[in-house]
Amino acid sequence: MNYAVEIKDLDLYFGNVKVLQQLNLDIYKGEFLVLLGSSGCGKSTLLNCIAGLLEVTDGQIFIGGNNVTWAQPSERGIGMVFQSYALYPQMTVEGNLSFGLRNARMPRDEISKRVSRAAGILQIEPLLKRKPAALSGGQRQRVAIGRALVRDVDVFLFDEPLSNLDAKLRADLRVEIKKLHEQLDNTMIYVTHDQIEAMTLADRIAIMKEGKIMQLASPNEIYNRPRNLYVADFIGSPSMNFLHGEIKDGNFLLDGITIPLKGYEFAADSSQGGKAILGLRPEHILTGDNLASATVRTTVTVELVEPMGSDTLIYSTLAGTFIHVRMDGQARVSPGDKVEIGFQPERASLFDPETEDRL
Amino acid sequence: MKRPNQLFRNLSAKIAAIPMIVTGLFVFVGGTVWTVVYSFTKSGLLPRLKWVGLDQYERLWSTKRWLVSIENLAIYGISMLVLVFVIGFILATLIDQKVRFENAFRTIILYPFALSFVVTGLVWQWILNPEFGIQSIVRDLGWKSFTFDPLYTPEIAIYGVLIAGLWQGSGLVMVLMLAGLRGIDQDIWKAARVDGIPAWKTYLFIVIPMMRPVFITTLVLVVSGIVKLYDLIVAQTGGGPGIATEVPAKYVYDMMFAASNLGQGFAASTMMLVTVALIVIPWAMLEFGGKKNG
Repeated sequence: MNYAVEIKDLDLYFGNVKVLQQLNLDIYKGEFLVLLGSSGCGKSTLLNCIAGLLEVTDGQIFIGGNNVTWAQPSERGIGMVFQSYALYPQMTVEGNLSFGLRNARMPRDEISKRVSRAAGILQIEPLLKRKPAALSGGQRQRVAIGRALVRDVDVFLFDEPLSNLDAKLRADLRVEIKKLHEQLDNTMIYVTHDQIEAMTLADRIAIMKEGKIMQLASPNEIYNRPRNLYVADFIGSPSMNFLHGEIKDGNFLLDGITIPLKGYEFAADSSQGGKAILGLRPEHILTGDNLASATVRTTVTVELVEPMGSDTLIYSTLAGTFIHVRMDGQARVSPGDKVEIGFQPERASLFDPETEDRL
Repeated sequence: MKRPNQLFRNLSAKIAAIPMIVTGLFVFVGGTVWTVVYSFTKSGLLPRLKWVGLDQYERLWSTKRWLVSIENLAIYGISMLVLVFVIGFILATLIDQKVRFENAFRTIILYPFALSFVVTGLVWQWILNPEFGIQSIVRDLGWKSFTFDPLYTPEIAIYGVLIAGLWQGSGLVMVLMLAGLRGIDQDIWKAARVDGIPAWKTYLFIVIPMMRPVFITTLVLVVSGIVKLYDLIVAQTGGGPGIATEVPAKYVYDMMFAASNLGQGFAASTMMLVTVALIVIPWAMLEFGGKKNG
């Protein structure tokens, strides 16, 4: 058995609202899977179904090979971390970590062994006697992770655990979660709407929309070969530029510019002609010294400049479409300047404007 | 620029607070001091400054009716406090289970609270009346020897009043508790379920401790309702049978306005004040005084 979690034909309806429909998802042992999507896409709902906090309408869930579709959350072999930490405020950190175990009538020395192990891993030993109110947000979230850790389970569920933290802490704790995963080698399922978290943490990302998985692949694959227009638009900040044009004889025709599509890997069954959308990431439009490798070049007028330190974003118009281009941070440009840009068709994505699928 | 005079900061707020401050000082503080002072006099129909020392208090504590009143208030107060919290909380948890028609249930249970104690007292006087209340209904159904007439049995008459008080007060406690329960983060419940903690334990060890502020608010409301218990007694039993359901507030009123014995009434009300102060002051010090160190 290779899978830690298997979800088969899962349906979840709230009354007449179909939140999840015929959802299938297999998660490997030791995998870090991120469920990514905008709010209301059903990602938290799916996580709650896996945890057993929501009763599914139809379908089955297997955890560690056991059918747990109707099992209680505590019997599923999962630990869960919540966005609001959900610590028990009247208990000390130690009490929070041990309450579930004490309730399960576990022997005392086993409890203290597990608590001290979790506290050691998360470096919260000095906090054990404190109450949650006396902790910072980051410390609270560590305790919440600890509460999942002491359960000694194979599958960890994270429900937007970093969303309540400020940007700096979020980045720090993100790294720690990644380290934790490498250290423990557990299966982790992580829900977020933050694509940076998803890209940095995940072994595989499942991008969800309206209760369906749009694409399930590695971060690299999702970023470079988005399966459809939604995924392409959702991932990447600033988002991908979409240019409407036509494919003819192996070239992409865009308002007078001909971009040869040599080197572009078409999907197996796609038609290689007719109307199409060319998707170019801001950094895949070349400028300055990188222009040498570009096969096609054109000149655009800079309309707006956003210097961000490490790189500079310029906004412009190409073939009637507003585009953003990422330039080197040291580039000196100002609105009104003419800038030469080039394209790398092999790194672009092409989409069918009708079906919105990748060509 | 000069620093503005502190006196004129938030001036409109200060002006708005003046009437309440004046009322507080004159009516509450002034009235209390006046009452305590005149409790040491021989005032009859009208207040007279003729000192008699502790005579009024000696008389008070040797009056059987006062002793019965104190005992009744203790029975009613403790039972009411415990039962109204238990009933109110259980009703709140039941309604919190995402039941259908929640609003209808809440309205029905809260409805008695909208009735005055006088109406409540009369309603329960009728319900508990053996001639045409519960007892007669059950007897009509065939149980001829069934007896349920608390208001006509001196030993248990105060419990008849307690039933009416519970019926009237439980709804309010339920609504307050429900508001408290709704204020608990749903993730806490989820976390407890993942931890495998049964619902009753979650309530007892996690949710109830989190609801402490709501409990204190409710406690203050319930206790103040208990101490000033008067109109329910007047409407339901009139203190009877005999003096079986007399309470301190009624003793004060009767002494002051019916028996033309102001001094005695003042002494009794001073005793009530002292009792409340003995309970409230240590509690308030514990509750609010400790914060500075903790």
